[in-house]
Amino acid sequence: MLNDDQRKIRIAKRAAEEITDGTVVNLGVGIPTLVANYVADKNVYLQSENGILGVGPYPEPGQEDLELINAGRKHVTVLPGASFFDSAESFAQIRGGHIGCTIIGGLQVSETGDLANWLVPGKDVLGVGGAMDLVIGAAKVIIATQHATKSGGAKIIPACTLPLTAKNAVDMIVTEYAVFHFEAGRLILDEITSDTTLEEIAALTTANYTVSPRLKVREVSQDA
Amino acid sequence: MVRIMTATEAVTEIKSGSSIMVGGFGRVGSPEVLLDALAAHDAKDLTIIGNDLGSHNEGVGVILLQDKIKKAIGSFFTPNPDAAKYYREGKIEIELIPQGNFAEAIRAAGAGLGGFLSPVGVGTELAKDHQIFTIKGTEYLLQEPISADYAFVRAKKADTLGNLVYSKSARNFNPIMATAAKVCIAEVDEIVEPGELSPEDIITPFLYVDILVKRGDRPC
Repeated sequence: MLNDDQRKIRIAKRAAEEITDGTVVNLGVGIPTLVANYVADKNVYLQSENGILGVGPYPEPGQEDLELINAGRKHVTVLPGASFFDSAESFAQIRGGHIGCTIIGGLQVSETGDLANWLVPGKDVLGVGGAMDLVIGAAKVIIATQHATKSGGAKIIPACTLPLTAKNAVDMIVTEYAVFHFEAGRLILDEITSDTTLEEIAALTTANYTVSPRLKVREVSQDA
Repeated sequence: MVRIMTATEAVTEIKSGSSIMVGGFGRVGSPEVLLDALAAHDAKDLTIIGNDLGSHNEGVGVILLQDKIKKAIGSFFTPNPDAAKYYREGKIEIELIPQGNFAEAIRAAGAGLGGFLSPVGVGTELAKDHQIFTIKGTEYLLQEPISADYAFVRAKKADTLGNLVYSKSARNFNPIMATAAKVCIAEVDEIVEPGELSPEDIITPFLYVDILVKRGDRPC
């Protein structure tokens, strides 16, 4: 069994492969943040919705700039060519389809591409942030999530039971065991890892999906 | 004409029941000297319009713990656990808006628009109080503009006319809030003479700004 960190790293590495050279990307909090560690071989420009295009690595301890944070409220640096802008301009970039890709976490994804990722049942309705804007606006929406809940329940399901973030908004799902994409409103399984089987994926996935005739098996080890 | 005064003087006319926009994303770009002055002022039943409510006993969070906030309008109140506590106890109303719709609603108010149509939020529970329109086959919700009595804005520098420049990610909601309130109060590190700020660098032209407050020595 993979531990939590191994799952997260595996998901982040696989999601990073979906980012093409030269893309502007907005990364959500959680697993998506880790994706930045695996794109060093490409020209990838990170947009942060609090008003930065060209976010750089985290600063060394003691080198933090108090006026420079990302949307996850972590201190960051900026790269040469970075720009700053206000929040309305930032979301115009997002809503206007100028962000090539967003990678964001998910609590549930439905078989029609609906996403629920902002509200846990029993919690108060107190924070939505930019999640709804990003999944509606970004050209490509990748959900980076563990395949099942902590208790083993399915997260890729026929219809979301949690409050929706957006309808029909998801393009791709990357988990520690599988990659799916949506095509004409249908969910297609494109890839599984070498340490699972189609039967195990089916057991963890209650959504209806089609196995791609070109299904890939991705060789993985416990640490990758 | 812009007036230059202390933070205490700047907030003294704020009455109970007023609405106040507060710039900042977490602590970055938060007008902390003005919030300190508001904490020392007696106005209550305030409507606070801001992305968040600060953190526990920090930023706007101080005003919350003083029971002076009646309603908060914004997008992300989760980082302040007191917001959840006050909400559950019925001591505060919350209006939650997706962050981009929130920012654009403020911009719309400052730009004299009656609102705008956004695809964001359609089909979710945050759309429940909004009219839905279908334009060329896509559903949009009507987001009305958001304005306020006061805007508390944090900028890096001003000139004596009230032109403002910002610093890095401390810009965030500040420039749009400066446009959308009856009275815009800007807290700045430094005030210089007209001509010292490059016209190319000025983000908020002086016509939006009513009052300038110099921060003094408060650490950021």
